[in-house]
Amino acid sequence: MADTSHGAAAGAESAPGMPQLDFSTFPNQIFWLVVTLVVLYLILSRIALPRIASVLAERQGAIQRDLDKAEEMKRAAVDAENAYNKALADARQQANEIVAETKAEIQKDLDKAIAKADAEIAAKAAESETAIAAIRDSATKSVQTVANTTAADIVKSVMPGAGDAKTIKAAVAAIMKG
Amino acid sequence: MATEEAGNGFNIHPMDQFEITNLFGGGPIHWYSFTNATLWMGLAIVAVILLLVVGTRKRATVPSRSQSIAELMYGFVYTMIEDVAGKEGLKFFPYIFTLFIFVLISNFLGLLPMSFTTTSHIAVTACLAMAVFLTVTALGFYKNGAKFLGLFWVSSAPLALRPILAVIELISYFVRPVSHSIRLAGNVMAGHAVIKVFAGFAGALGIWAALPIVSITAVYGLEVLVAGIQAYVFTILTCVYLNDALHPSH
Amino acid sequence: MEGNIAELGQYIGAGLACIGMGGAGIGVGTVAGNFLSGALRNPAAAGAQTATLFIGIAFAEALGIFSFLVALLLMFAV
Repeated sequence: MADTSHGAAAGAESAPGMPQLDFSTFPNQIFWLVVTLVVLYLILSRIALPRIASVLAERQGAIQRDLDKAEEMKRAAVDAENAYNKALADARQQANEIVAETKAEIQKDLDKAIAKADAEIAAKAAESETAIAAIRDSATKSVQTVANTTAADIVKSVMPGAGDAKTIKAAVAAIMKG
Repeated sequence: MATEEAGNGFNIHPMDQFEITNLFGGGPIHWYSFTNATLWMGLAIVAVILLLVVGTRKRATVPSRSQSIAELMYGFVYTMIEDVAGKEGLKFFPYIFTLFIFVLISNFLGLLPMSFTTTSHIAVTACLAMAVFLTVTALGFYKNGAKFLGLFWVSSAPLALRPILAVIELISYFVRPVSHSIRLAGNVMAGHAVIKVFAGFAGALGIWAALPIVSITAVYGLEVLVAGIQAYVFTILTCVYLNDALHPSH
Repeated sequence: MEGNIAELGQYIGAGLACIGMGGAGIGVGTVAGNFLSGALRNPAAAGAQTATLFIGIAFAEALGIFSFLVALLLMFAV
């Protein structure tokens, strides 16, 4: 503080050494202090403090709004999850149903095809049987004819005139049957 | 008589920094003179306007740096009053905030080199303390009537002790503005004087001046802390006195 | 050595007055130390008592400031 004021201080040797106790400056300080405080009070109570209060209240409101919104979103998310789970369960059930249905259908088709195949096989077997029977009949007939002829020839050669054709035929038939 | 004027190189005037001078054309100091005290009080107003009015003009929801400081101080004083003096004390929020911001800004402005610290003067702090004291006393009698005197009648003490305690309480009540003001002025004055003394050592020690300069740095850091804490203490004691006036049950 | 006896008395008195600051130091240390030990026992309750801490420190410190003031008065104002 070695500035210009020091010269005056050195000269004022009669004044107290502590400027704080120099009562001649008190009215000045008190006057300006009161002015300062009144000005500050007016500035603060009229402008600054209401403004800060409104900003804080607004922020509180904004935060509350955001929190509410977040809460709502959370609820929506929970709802969505529930819906999703439900849909998943539904889908699974439906899939099971479809599987069962398909299985049943396939079984039915299979049964039908098997039945058809069985019938076809049976028909073919019957046809074959008829064919075999026909072949056997014709074969039997041929054998009979051959036997008849052979028998007649044998009888004729062994003892001519012993039997007529009718008797031989009956005898052959009886043997063949027998 | 004021300082040692011996010729050993020490020439320390720790109290000169508190001198009040007429800034325009010397002469005696009248009550209306524009002194350095006036200048620094005016600068305090400017600083408050810059911080609390210009700094918050955007009313941003996401605050800027200065707006954050303003909101921080607002919330700080607000919760302090609410905690100490209760909901009723909030009516006096602008009043207490004015005292707080004035003391705080003056303390911090006083820490600038070559500045003048208005709160280092008993006249200023005594005015602040008397304003609090008179307001609180008047408020106590206005709110509670004669029951306010119950503050001095300690009903929880044995009956024989009560008159003695009443005298002690009465004295301590009237010492309140004294300690309230001298605590602030004394703290600020002491710190500045200590810095000044160390600065005087630094001027005299030549190459060893580094030692006191380091000390000045340390003391300056302490002074920054003290400047904030004393503003806080001044405000919280105001709240305590206000609480006594609002709820005088002892 | 020159100077008058009154000045000698002033300086001695100012030095003696500074002993009071030691008392304030003890007081502030007691307040802060007890607060700390209490706070470490029950950290949950400590935050709410910071205001009380500062009030206690302020009261203890005020007396040191008074003695400092007396020293200043003796040095500069008597």
